Amino acid sequence: MTERSTSAMLYLNGINVSFDGFRALNNLSFAIEPGEMRAIIGPNGAGKTTMMDVVTGKTRPDSGDAVFDGVHNLTKLDETEIAGLGIGRKFQKPTVFDFHTIEDNILLALKDDRSTRGTLFAKETAEASARITGILDIVRLKGVRDRLAGSLAHGQKQWLEIGMLLAQEPKLLLVDEPVAGMTDVETRQTAELLKEINRERTVVVVEHDMTFVRDLGVKVTCLHEGSVLAEGTIDDVSQNDRVVEVYLGR
Amino acid sequence: MTFPIIRTLDRGASIFLVLLAAFTIAVPVLNLLVPATSSLHVSTYLIALFGKYVCYALLALSIDLIWGYAGILSLGHGAFFALGGYAMGMYLMRQIGTRGVYADPIRPDFMVFLNWPELPVYWWGFQSFPYAMVMVFLAPGLLAFVFGWFAFRSRVTGVYLSIITQALTFALMLGFFRNNFGFGGNNGLTDFKDILGFNIQATGTRNALFVISCIALGLGFLICRFIVTSKFGKVLIAIRDAESRTRFLGYRVESYKLFVFTLSACMAGVAGALYVPQVGIINPGEFAPANSIEAVIWVAVGGRGTLTGAVLGALVVNYGKTYFTTGMLAPYWLFVLGGMFVLVTLFLPRGIIGTLQHGLQARKLRSAAAAAEAGADLEPDPALLTPAIAPARPTPASRPAPATRPAE
Repeated sequence: MTERSTSAMLYLNGINVSFDGFRALNNLSFAIEPGEMRAIIGPNGAGKTTMMDVVTGKTRPDSGDAVFDGVHNLTKLDETEIAGLGIGRKFQKPTVFDFHTIEDNILLALKDDRSTRGTLFAKETAEASARITGILDIVRLKGVRDRLAGSLAHGQKQWLEIGMLLAQEPKLLLVDEPVAGMTDVETRQTAELLKEINRERTVVVVEHDMTFVRDLGVKVTCLHEGSVLAEGTIDDVSQNDRVVEVYLGR
Repeated sequence: MTFPIIRTLDRGASIFLVLLAAFTIAVPVLNLLVPATSSLHVSTYLIALFGKYVCYALLALSIDLIWGYAGILSLGHGAFFALGGYAMGMYLMRQIGTRGVYADPIRPDFMVFLNWPELPVYWWGFQSFPYAMVMVFLAPGLLAFVFGWFAFRSRVTGVYLSIITQALTFALMLGFFRNNFGFGGNNGLTDFKDILGFNIQATGTRNALFVISCIALGLGFLICRFIVTSKFGKVLIAIRDAESRTRFLGYRVESYKLFVFTLSACMAGVAGALYVPQVGIINPGEFAPANSIEAVIWVAVGGRGTLTGAVLGALVVNYGKTYFTTGMLAPYWLFVLGGMFVLVTLFLPRGIIGTLQHGLQARKLRSAAAAAEAGADLEPDPALLTPAIAPARPTPASRPAPATRPAE
């Protein structure tokens, strides 16, 4: 076992990413401690989604380090390997498998043998079924487990995707705009759900909805032009002059 | 816990297998036992024709497995079919022996004609039937594996992959057309005499080949069903519908695609190998891109992602082809085929079987909904009527109850 280089769950150091000369991430550095929940805010184009792409292996940074759990260098791994390490991601646009039932969506996400041989000869077990029921209970989709995911309303799809994240049993969850398009009630319930998830897992949430971020009541990092502009409690950050200038507006 | 066989054989699959078994038995019986004078008699010509259809059906099945379930649209599957066919053809050529025009015991006629002094290395071993059968799997399988390994690793998908597969079959066609490629060039391989010692023209052999083709189709169907009803099959559909999501869930997408693509190529190869002794010839025309596209149309007509639809589509379209190309309508066949594809795409995008299945499902859902409505006064099912985020835990009274929202 390699020795931990950092105590952080996720450690980003000097990450640079540019697309055709546009610097999406500019010497971005921050650390997320184990068990923490962090909200990431920032204007459009601040690099929030690119940051997630780097962490999940979708985009390779031009330079910099991304260390997961103190030992894994994420810049050398691909999406599948990173998912296998225990990083789960929820996309900005809810992405579920429309032609699978809700139950099967969770089943596919369940932490289990992912090899071709393993899935070819996989048997339906009572244990897996119980785990699925448990997760559907948490995300409140138990009553519709046999429906096709494509028939769900937008908010329900968001929840299903969170359920799929839970099923993966990741150490770190990256959640991109979980409340986009949700009603106020749903938004508040989502905040509660994320807090509950955070009891066992490290969570990073990217969100625009300031009420929601306030509801979460966690440390906030504000990105701007690819690097960290401010970090601290929501009150500190929202009183920061630069943040007000570039993001919140006066 | 369900035993895989039950999962593999749902009602539709069982009906299909029963029909196939009936067809497999009835056709030879009507050929061999019913006198030729009877109107029920099936001629030996028809046996070979039906056998050909069945081989096409197996090819369609192999395309449906990758296109319908994994979203890989191969426009070059005819290449794997033809390679299997050539492997069988090479065996049949070696069986001719001294009965050829030049009566050379080792070299096929075309090699003597071209003044080749000896049998090329890649023709060695084809006098052995088991060796040829291994090659029927290996030649298409290996090509598909190598091709897929590069294509899927580089994440070539969608239309780009289709174009490359098309180029693959086209390149092979050009190669096989050349005399110095060593496969009989333009003329291909033909004038076969016997297979495993049986005269290839004999009625008994024809019936046997027909029955074996049907059995191969049945086995192919069972293998496909086993795959698509397993968790592996669910992963395939996930890849088809949201490939990158599947990757982020930790599945190695390229391995899944490679496995199913290679398997599908082997199935196509078997179809080709059974096809060749029944039609009596294999030539580079089988590699023509149009053949591969036609096979995709069979699947589209029958309904992709249904397996049974692929088989039905192959039968229906090929029956149509036989019908249209043997009369005064012959010049219009390609128009009919093209028109059929356009019409199916516009009005029957799910294909024949897909539309039927969808219709049945919709009816079931409607009657379930009607039943729920009828019983709603007594005991509403909260799961169906309220949005799914009805509170599972007690919520503070200050919060508006989600159940008051209109149910969608």
